[in-house]
Amino acid sequence: MTDAHRDYEGAKLGMWLFLFTEILLFGGLFVLFAVSMARHHDAFHMASQQLDPAMGAANTVVLITSSWLVAMAVAALKLGQDARARALTLGTIALAGVFLVIKYFEWSAKFRHGLYPGSAELAAHPPGEAAYFALYYAMTGLHGIHVLVGMGVLGFAWWLMRTGRCTQGDFVFLENAALYWHLVDLIWIYLFPLFYLVG
Amino acid sequence: MNDASAAPGSFWDARGLASWLFTIDHKRIGLLYLWCVLGFFIVGVSLGLLVRLELIAPGRTIMGPQTYNAMFTLHGVIMIFLVVIPSIPASFGNIILPLHLGAEDVAFPRLNMFSWWLYAIGAVTALAALFTGDGPPDTGWTFYVPFSAVTTTNVSVAVAAVFVLGFSSILTGLNFIVTIHRLRAPGLTWTHLSLFAWALYATAWIQLLATPILGITGLLIIAERVLDMGVFDPARGGDPILYQHLFWIYSHPAVYIMILPAMGVISDIIPVFARKAIFGYKTIAFSSLAIAFAGSLVWAHHMFVSGMSDTAVMVFSLLTFVVAIPSAVKVFNWVSTLYKGSIHMEPPLVFALGFIFLFTMGGITGLVLGAAGADMHVHDTYFVVGHFHYVIFGGTGMGLFAALHYWLPKVHGRMYNKRVATWSAIILVVGMNGLYFPMYLLGLAGMPRRYYDYLPQYTALHEASTVGSWVVVAGLALMFVNLWRGMRSGPRVGPNPWGAATLEWTLPSPPPTHNFPVEPVVERGPYDFRGVRADD
Ligand code: HEM
Ligand SMILES: [Cu+2]
Repeated sequence: MTDAHRDYEGAKLGMWLFLFTEILLFGGLFVLFAVSMARHHDAFHMASQQLDPAMGAANTVVLITSSWLVAMAVAALKLGQDARARALTLGTIALAGVFLVIKYFEWSAKFRHGLYPGSAELAAHPPGEAAYFALYYAMTGLHGIHVLVGMGVLGFAWWLMRTGRCTQGDFVFLENAALYWHLVDLIWIYLFPLFYLVG
Repeated sequence: MNDASAAPGSFWDARGLASWLFTIDHKRIGLLYLWCVLGFFIVGVSLGLLVRLELIAPGRTIMGPQTYNAMFTLHGVIMIFLVVIPSIPASFGNIILPLHLGAEDVAFPRLNMFSWWLYAIGAVTALAALFTGDGPPDTGWTFYVPFSAVTTTNVSVAVAAVFVLGFSSILTGLNFIVTIHRLRAPGLTWTHLSLFAWALYATAWIQLLATPILGITGLLIIAERVLDMGVFDPARGGDPILYQHLFWIYSHPAVYIMILPAMGVISDIIPVFARKAIFGYKTIAFSSLAIAFAGSLVWAHHMFVSGMSDTAVMVFSLLTFVVAIPSAVKVFNWVSTLYKGSIHMEPPLVFALGFIFLFTMGGITGLVLGAAGADMHVHDTYFVVGHFHYVIFGGTGMGLFAALHYWLPKVHGRMYNKRVATWSAIILVVGMNGLYFPMYLLGLAGMPRRYYDYLPQYTALHEASTVGSWVVVAGLALMFVNLWRGMRSGPRVGPNPWGAATLEWTLPSPPPTHNFPVEPVVERGPYDFRGVRADD
């Protein structure tokens, strides 16, 4: 990250602090979820039945696999296997894309059933279900944006490796990108049971 | 900015706009922030003056009610998010922190430049909210739902601006934490850290931990407005009180982002002009952390009348009293340091004394507000307006002015007229009391805040307050002209005009680009004045 002086520990510390702020960003939404769920326990239960756990589970597997790939990419780069590290990074980005495609099908199915904020269909349901879907779109949407950002960051890491600016001797950018990706994965691992399995 | 004061070899040497806009030198970035902050401060003051002028008499004076709502909202948004929050940490924090650590720069110089750019983009977005869409926001700076979710004014753009500004603030805090952990010069232990650096450290943690909550709250308002989300709409299972909780979970800690750095400045200035080691170094350092911690637990004292449970009201009232303790500890430490010191009544000290007086006035009324019973009476009245202006303007504002007078000679290598500076400080203190003390009385008498019109019995106090605002402006004008002239053509100063012991005063004034030619080895505390001589 810096060029004036290469402080590996400092760069890692900075990244950890940043990840902490990301957790807090989602933290606000988790608090909203907890409060709303306590208030509308039954409605949350009903609403969550309408999600498709198979798709959610598939996406969980996709993300965990991608996290594993990027960890291998870091290991490869540290061993000096540049080409392998680049290929594994591309694999991670590809799986991120798969995640978004599955998400797209999931969301559009919900939209077809009229389950989106402000819809007439939801207005006919108990208010707790509307709250559930509002949070569902807010939280998975924000997570989706993070997936996109993660793809950008990993793509940038790939380009740095290609142009020889992220190497065996100076791998902190890839390592930090991988940390970011692990966080994106981790947040999903919380979202999945919360939305798909509480019911 | 061509600056005549720059001695050759200083960080002023590089010329041209690009050398400023794309600089990664912490001193230049700090100055970029400072100029923006002061520029927006002048805009904010002008808006405040207009609001005050409108209120000089009941009924319409110079503007209509809708304009009035927009005016105080803009005044609040500009002052809080563009001026006060970045004021001392982003400007003087950037300029001074690496110097206090004996470091070449902050830990991530490019990230630092990026933070400034985010600040600039956020500021431009905030201004865009004024001139685009269907009129400037009229919600007050707190953007309370449900009004903020339904008003047709340009709330989404303003909230987006706040989001970007918050991101900038987070990155600055992150950078400072890593800098303090990683870049202290050899021998600079945690107990040799200046109290300004300690204050910035505590502030940085609040920036890091609280701002993301503001970010998500802002995103949710945009989602309410644009996507019709309903998270805060009771008809759809939401709850507007949850908005208030989220908002104040950030915004109460944010008041400590505003005040802690100013307290740090004061803690650095007092010992220099009392020629005495600060009394209770560790208590002051520790109380910054205590304020940061306890201050995160008291947010709901803004919501005593929002309909929380009685237990919650009592708990938050008690916690609010607890957070006043570390602030009071600092005041006692400053006063004890001055006691039997050999006082040099120079302008930075005069501003610092003004700070102590005004901040105490504001802090004590904070306790009145923190007592739930009393707050029921004065909530959302002018008492609250008086309270936070005493702490923010009287505290943070005076702290910023003290910092300007203390460090300007270091940054520009020149001195302003000290007599004029002292007079401007006195006029400011008098003016602020004239401006804000009547507000306490108005509030106690029941005048609500954010009202365009009022009953005739409030006229005299409103008049007094408006006259006070003119005195304040006179003081500000005198101060800025004096600083400007000092910086352009004041007499040159040597490395250490005040005889201070922190590391920046060992460098030439203005300092060279790379700060320390050889990394300093620190063997003394920041307030150990033995053998330190002021240059004559
Ligand atoms: C240290 C610097 C401080 C700053 C910058 C500050 C700033 C503010 C601001 C801006 C508000 C108004 C918020 C709004 O627009 O509604 C406010 C309200 C309040 N402050 Fe402070 N404050 C400070 C210290 C304190 C202290 C030390 C206490 C108590 C010990 C306190 C207690 C309160 C309470 C209870 C309110 C809410 C009043 C109401 O709305 O009824 N503040 N403060
Ligand atoms: Cu508060």
